[in-house]
Amino acid sequence: MSEHVVHHEEHRDDAGAKLGMWLFIFTELLLFGGLFLVYSVYRLQYHDNFHEASLELSVTIGAINTIALLFSSMTIAMALSAVQKENKKLALIMIGITLLMAAVFLFNKYIEWGAKFHHGLYPGSELMTLLERGHILYFSLYFFMTGLHALHIIIGMILLTICMVKVKTNKINKERFVLLENGALYWHLVDLIWIFLFPLLYLIS
Amino acid sequence: MSDNHDIHITEYSVLVKIVTLLMFFTLMTITVANLELGPLTLTIALLIAGVKSYFVLSYFMHLKHEGPLLKILVGSVFILFISIVLITLIDYFYR
Repeated sequence: MSEHVVHHEEHRDDAGAKLGMWLFIFTELLLFGGLFLVYSVYRLQYHDNFHEASLELSVTIGAINTIALLFSSMTIAMALSAVQKENKKLALIMIGITLLMAAVFLFNKYIEWGAKFHHGLYPGSELMTLLERGHILYFSLYFFMTGLHALHIIIGMILLTICMVKVKTNKINKERFVLLENGALYWHLVDLIWIFLFPLLYLIS
Repeated sequence: MSDNHDIHITEYSVLVKIVTLLMFFTLMTITVANLELGPLTLTIALLIAGVKSYFVLSYFMHLKHEGPLLKILVGSVFILFISIVLITLIDYFYR
């Protein structure tokens, strides 16, 4: 019998996968964009209230979280480079650091939110209804925007954990890394949004 | 099928440089916010955030080494958003 070499052509389209991820990122940008729009109009309308209310936030914690996210953005980009350079160990370490930074971010958010809740300041609380209108709007936007952002952090952490396992089991490797690439893109998006959230919510003068 | 032979691998040193730059901009944002510049503060804060986004998009998200399709798409999304903000602000101020 003559030899038949059967080529099992696997359907794979990395460029398409990446384009899909970018399209999803656009929807995310416009989702947060809409919130920024609401924020801008109310800030113009209630400027003094927004300023007073923002003083309740700790710039230090906000700054630490900014640094943590920027740093984690670098480490996840390094993880991708490491996979492409076939340095599996470094890739795993870098994803690990990224997850650690994400945990630091969430811990700080927990401290921040916890203190607010402790003082009876949370959406729908009795205290909130007694505040001035501009204060209510500021805190509602604060909780909604940082809450939605924190949700993205949690989703990113799950995604990157999956990537970490796949790097470990060589399912993500030098030849196929689009999942890690897309996971990293998602993580950079989370960082990108925080770059705007931090000055807008914490630094109102 | 994908062809991974012409991919661009970002060097670690480039990433370190970019993150250093981003940290510097963060420090700048906080410093500027503490100066009493009035309404200018917001403009400067947004400008710095814009510059930071540029670096994140170009280097961390590899847009610098992508083809024209993605660049045009990303540019369009930002132009769309800026237009929406401007139209809303015009409506707010001249209503």
